[in-house]
Amino acid sequence: MSKDDGARTPDGAQADEGRAVGPAPLLRVDGLRVDYRTAGGRVPAVRGVSFTLEAGSKLGVAGESGCGKSTIALALLRLLPKSARVGGSVLLDGEDVSAMRWGRLRAVRWAGASIVFQGAMHALNAVRRVGDQVAEPMLLHGTVPPGGAQARVGELLEDVGLPRWRARSYPHELSGGQRQRVMIAMALACEPRLIIADEPTTALDVMVQAQILRLIDDLVAGSGIGLLMISHDLSVLADTCDRLAVMYAGRVVEEGPAAEVVAAARHPYAAALSAAFPRVGDPESRMAPRGLPGDPPDPAALPEGCSFRPRCAVAEERCSSTDPDLWSAGDGGRRAACVKVLEEAV
Amino acid sequence: MTAELQKSGPQDGPQGASGDARPEGEPLLSASGLSVEFTGRGGRGTARAVDGVDLDLHAGEVLALVGESGCGKTTLARTLLGLERPTAGRVLFEGRPLAYGARALKRYRHRVQLVQQDPAGSLNPRHTVYDAVAEGLRIHEGATADEERRVAGALSRAGLRPPERFYLRYPHELSGGQRQRVVIAGALVLEPEALVADEPVASLDASVRGEILRLLLDLRADLGLSALVVTHDLGMAWNIADRVAVMYLGRVVEAGPVEEVLAAPRHPYTQALMSVLPESGAEEPQVLAGEPPDPTRIPGGCRFHARCPVLASGEAERAGVADACRTQDPGVLSGSGPARVACHYAALGRTGD
Repeated sequence: MSKDDGARTPDGAQADEGRAVGPAPLLRVDGLRVDYRTAGGRVPAVRGVSFTLEAGSKLGVAGESGCGKSTIALALLRLLPKSARVGGSVLLDGEDVSAMRWGRLRAVRWAGASIVFQGAMHALNAVRRVGDQVAEPMLLHGTVPPGGAQARVGELLEDVGLPRWRARSYPHELSGGQRQRVMIAMALACEPRLIIADEPTTALDVMVQAQILRLIDDLVAGSGIGLLMISHDLSVLADTCDRLAVMYAGRVVEEGPAAEVVAAARHPYAAALSAAFPRVGDPESRMAPRGLPGDPPDPAALPEGCSFRPRCAVAEERCSSTDPDLWSAGDGGRRAACVKVLEEAV
Repeated sequence: MTAELQKSGPQDGPQGASGDARPEGEPLLSASGLSVEFTGRGGRGTARAVDGVDLDLHAGEVLALVGESGCGKTTLARTLLGLERPTAGRVLFEGRPLAYGARALKRYRHRVQLVQQDPAGSLNPRHTVYDAVAEGLRIHEGATADEERRVAGALSRAGLRPPERFYLRYPHELSGGQRQRVVIAGALVLEPEALVADEPVASLDASVRGEILRLLLDLRADLGLSALVVTHDLGMAWNIADRVAVMYLGRVVEAGPVEEVLAAPRHPYTQALMSVLPESGAEEPQVLAGEPPDPTRIPGGCRFHARCPVLASGEAERAGVADACRTQDPGVLSGSGPARVACHYAALGRTGD
């Protein structure tokens, strides 16, 4: 514990229990671990992830399939299946989500924090009018009187850029972008303080994606809502969020201000991911697609040492024995989990 | 009918291997005045999915066909492969109209191969990698003595090395990137002259995507393979294509060399698409309102006019072309040649910025 400079992941550590001054952040995740029980044994999906999100700010979590990012979204509101074992703590407005009783948890879902899932076509009920679906959480939570729901649904639909009469439509009558707007209206219905958006624009066209991102941006700006946005698309997150956390194999490997992480990543994986999103007009990426050899590791069979080592272009001998924590890697709370970053800091 | 037309000229030798051969002369594959209509069911109008397109793919060239969903890019690609029949116009391969007889089509597909998106969906989960790759060979040539050699060759070309290690694997045992390589190997085994790839990397992770795109570039360099790549991703066009054609509502609205079209787009639609790219650095992204319009109701005049920011801002009015925008079809762009744009306003030499 002594060699770090306070930036070490408090993986299981309860050291700073007395987070003294100031109000609790909107969301504080400490040493979150999630294991899935499978036929082949316990498979770690999230391996010690910590971050905080202040009210009114926007944090992006980037990573590729299987890195554990969607598991985090589900773990925050205890939506994981029974086969998952969760460790660490999730504090929402200072309240431990894992200790909440069932009734309290139900109240917190939608009203305290709500999720916009990816794939709006599957998340909506195909045989119910979208207006009824938007009204449902409000009626369940009693945030509107039964007679007032319709008017409130109309307002919400207008807030997300849909005409009021769309309340009477069924999901199949809407385009993908319109369905995603309905999902956002649902997420906003009970005026939550935190919105978790899991791939909110995946599978949408660029123009519709731009509309949805602008909508999310407008809704969050000035409202004090905190946004946790999860995506495989680093470029979308960089455009939308203030801060970025890049995940690999169940861990955050780099964190910092969004623009800096994208422009000058310190972790080799974050750098490679950033390079995989070419900027049109950049001569360096013209006729030069960039990726990484190999595939992400199987979570059930992680390599020894640094889990990125087998794909890392700058790996060294010691990387096969050291699995580095997040070390401080510059101003603005930048952190990176690479032995080379530690070296430079010393 | 069965005469093998041995054409001398651009088809001989591995030209284009340098990777930057300027497309000259006769195109390998072209669309000429191509239209594809689908009759609506249940009283819905006829959808003009492709509504008059000229497009040329030259030997050794990578051409990106970009646009949003519903713009007709996939229908155009399928028509070029002979999977859809045009309602007007023609598909030409080596200058000759495509014949739609079963045998002629089979022969054609030997030379122009489809690479589908979503490798998970296009591979049979119960076929081994070996069988998946050999399937095309068996369909086209029956049992061949050198089958294993050719399957091994295609797998290694597609980057699955050593190939023997993959023979008996099933799709579910492979990663997404490896599955896409199997799909590509299945196309390569017939030694085609051109690939038509529909969103070849859309379902892959970003870090894997680059490797597959590099493979397409390597195949062009090593084999002189041409490729028509259908994508919604302008970044990918910048990464691998020589030329780009931007489609909107059944028409190519802007086309030309990638450096020209993407570095200095002239059509207001292309400009808007570019401005909303994340990290585009555009000060004022032009987010077009609404969804792409309906191919059953293509507006008169310029088909983009109802959403056009240049018309909406009054700029087209001041330039004196607003009437033309609303009433005159800007026409069909030629299939190759220098950068060109189907826009009354841009035709004045002005652009929206």
